[in-house]
Amino acid sequence: MKPSIRKATPQVSQNEGLIFEKSSPGKTAWKLPPLDVPEVNTSKLLGSSERKDLGNMPEVSEIEIIRHFTRMSTWNYAIDLGMYPLGSCTMKYNPRVNEVVARVEGIANGHPYQPEKISQGALQILKALSEILIEITGMDAITLQPAAGAHGEMTGLLMVRAYHQSQGNARKKILIPDSAHGTNPATAAMVSYTVENLKSDSRGMVDIAALEAQMNEDVAALMLTNPNTLGVFEQNIHKIADILHAKGGLLYMDGANMNALVGKVRPGDFGVDVMHLNLHKTFSTPHGGGGPGSGPVAVKKILEPFLPAPVVITKADGTLGFNYDRPQTVGRVRAFYGNFGMFVRALAYIQANGPDGLRQTTEDAVLNANYIRHGLEGTYDLPYSTPTMHEVVFSDKLQAKKGVKTMDIAKRLIDYGFHPYTTAFPLIVPGALMIEPTESESIEEMDLFIDAMKSIAQEVEENPQTVLDAPHSTRVSRLDETAAARKPVLRWKPQS
Amino acid sequence: MRYLPKSPADREAMLKAIGLRSVDELFAPIPSEYRLARDLKIPRQMAESEIVDFFRQRSHENGEGYASFLGAGAYLHYRPVIIDSLISRGEFLTAYTPYQAEISQGTLQSIFEFQTMICELTGMEVANASMYDGSTAAAEAVMMAVRLTGRRSVIVARSLHPEYREVLATYATHQGMPVAIADFNDSGRLNLRDLEKSISAGTACVLIQSPNFFGTIEDVAAVAEIAHKNGALLVVSITEAVSLGIVEPPREADIIAMEAQSFGVPLGFGGPYCGVIATREKFVRQMPGRLVGQTTDKQGRRGFVLTLATREQHIRREKATSNICTNQALVALMVNIFMTVYGKVGLKELAKHNLAKAAYAANQLGKQGKILFNAAPRFNEFVLETTEDPRAINSRLLGHKIVGGLPLKKFYPELGNAALWCCTELTTRTAIDTAAGVVAESESSTQSSKEEVEEVAR
Repeated sequence: MKPSIRKATPQVSQNEGLIFEKSSPGKTAWKLPPLDVPEVNTSKLLGSSERKDLGNMPEVSEIEIIRHFTRMSTWNYAIDLGMYPLGSCTMKYNPRVNEVVARVEGIANGHPYQPEKISQGALQILKALSEILIEITGMDAITLQPAAGAHGEMTGLLMVRAYHQSQGNARKKILIPDSAHGTNPATAAMVSYTVENLKSDSRGMVDIAALEAQMNEDVAALMLTNPNTLGVFEQNIHKIADILHAKGGLLYMDGANMNALVGKVRPGDFGVDVMHLNLHKTFSTPHGGGGPGSGPVAVKKILEPFLPAPVVITKADGTLGFNYDRPQTVGRVRAFYGNFGMFVRALAYIQANGPDGLRQTTEDAVLNANYIRHGLEGTYDLPYSTPTMHEVVFSDKLQAKKGVKTMDIAKRLIDYGFHPYTTAFPLIVPGALMIEPTESESIEEMDLFIDAMKSIAQEVEENPQTVLDAPHSTRVSRLDETAAARKPVLRWKPQS
Repeated sequence: MRYLPKSPADREAMLKAIGLRSVDELFAPIPSEYRLARDLKIPRQMAESEIVDFFRQRSHENGEGYASFLGAGAYLHYRPVIIDSLISRGEFLTAYTPYQAEISQGTLQSIFEFQTMICELTGMEVANASMYDGSTAAAEAVMMAVRLTGRRSVIVARSLHPEYREVLATYATHQGMPVAIADFNDSGRLNLRDLEKSISAGTACVLIQSPNFFGTIEDVAAVAEIAHKNGALLVVSITEAVSLGIVEPPREADIIAMEAQSFGVPLGFGGPYCGVIATREKFVRQMPGRLVGQTTDKQGRRGFVLTLATREQHIRREKATSNICTNQALVALMVNIFMTVYGKVGLKELAKHNLAKAAYAANQLGKQGKILFNAAPRFNEFVLETTEDPRAINSRLLGHKIVGGLPLKKFYPELGNAALWCCTELTTRTAIDTAAGVVAESESSTQSSKEEVEEVAR
């Protein structure tokens, strides 16, 4: 059988070696202006601290650099090329106006220590974004300082700890559902809390009876992702909050999946005490091949005294400034004020949407996930039939009978012109296929995806080896990860 | 909404296909009492032209057009234009973390080159794919040293960036890691006698910065000797990456925690920047953050993958070396392109320009005050002590559209009227001469009111 691959056609791909392999002495890509001050004797100024040689740093020309990185760029898949259905990653369109406004002179070149008097523009951006995110989350206060989601988790748990300490007992444990992201337990460990696993019930939600049994005065907080990693909204969310609050615990919400909620429901209204947002997920700042992110943490009033310093305030004369005088602060989690460039982009995204646009975005994200679920139900096993919000999780149970696993299906999807979904996560679903289309996909793109997934399922039945050997159309086939880890080669070295 | 690729008819058709009557049914799983029955109270939807206007306005209110002598962990260097041309390619900008190696070779190979160049420049054997910034890299490097030595206490130089020290204090508090501070001496370097006194068999590492917060280059070999003699590791923070072009890297260090912002990353009011950790091969399994390694595919072709993932949170959960997940990949790409543009010769020449400008400025400004810590070599920053409050001087400089040096009293009360000045290749002789002239105007000849002083006080 020859599969019909409609979205993609293989094309010639340029080869390109490592930059070091193109280097030769005397080639340059730089030119400095004439020095307008006297030259200095470096040996005299630096003495034994003077560096004589820069080792194997490259020497290449500008056109070679342009071709080098342009060629490499064509080896990547990207949102700009098509659907990128990584569950829990929210790979949505990254608007280009965001990039333009982040590069405006005074915003791109503002120094973090320039006087407040000439920083009013940046301070207004900090204030505007803070107020908007507080309204979206329904919380009372916020810090924009954390650099990413996991950093936000750490900041949130530091505040949880500081709060409990102020009540006389820092407590010992954090409860984390078995469906949680790996960052949650890793974060709890960084704040010196022990992790206690909380199991899910048959619907994929927090098991209320288990929570009641495990909740006691040793528990500092529950870290809950809502909707959770199955794309399921925790319907008993308020009951969960009540159980925690009754024993003095706090409810932490991992906002990784906030794209399902913006403009429709506010975590602050359903009992959340502290949560982080991922500006690089919900608010469209580009993932950039792994970062930068930004992980603001929003809190209820009881946690406000513990926010990292500084915070933005309005001064007596009406201008904005930073307040460093925060006696109960958990301290600083990063130098300066956070990933400011990401605040600019997130604010531009929110402005482009307005309240109506944000609500429509959320509705489309949830509609898209349900459309995919409807299209693939029956072809792939759906382990939890609970209603789907922004992402849907299937399993490879049907295909595994033929020896084909979720990773194989994912690799075959590449040949069909798509980026794979998230594989083998959440851990409570063996062989998971976690699909989050986001609002950025049209019906046409999703129909192509559904067709591709169905075609692969058919291949599994008729010719599983095609799927097991995939991908077939990429520059490199499956790479030997075991060898990479056993004898790590982590840098280029000249051949001796 | 212009980012959404659906017509009202599309939405109707999709609902019908799923078998739903209205979009509200999709949100039925959310208890109705929590569903928002109103619009969010946020600004209305804006046109693209309005958004651009809004940020241009903010830009005008944000130091646009000022010459600046600020450094202190954030440096204004020239950014070759091809950096933005290349990172704006959607294949770099809009890609995720390269977990699916077959369709991420562009990102993976560029990170491999980044790791290599960081090793070349720092004299270390391995480097990771990036950390959030220099401050968190330093804190994570210290935690790494704690894991490696099985010891818990840390000695930190007081000449480490004060905000880095604050971040370390935050990270250390709940890890049971006592942090002791070692003072600086008359030359601005770490006081070695102070270090000898406080180091013990419980010391996991000594953390210094070089060039340090005052711009002074530390005697790394001497610090390393004391640390190693006591079985402790040496962690060196580098905040001004351009110094590596002309200043010998701290090869005696065990871990280097770097801020690479100087390499092509906009000041951006403090972020996003690019932290990175480099170390010895034997320590790699305790290193936090992502690593790219070289391998081959089934046909024997060279390719790159994320590797040694068993250190990381998505595999190890609470036993991971760090909780870091998202890093600073696109910023690391800027750094990578910058390093490639300047390369082996350009970085040295660039560093020389920085050295020359700072030397000239120290000479000119030194005539109006006193340059502190003159006995030790420095790179592109220096400390100027004046009889007048530097905030008053800065207030006058603002009138000339110049931002003066950073007053140090807030961080180092004993330094009184001292300020930290920085010059890069972009600092002009004209700006230096003007600034020197303004500093020369004595207190008595100016009308700077107390109010003005407070205006620029930080």
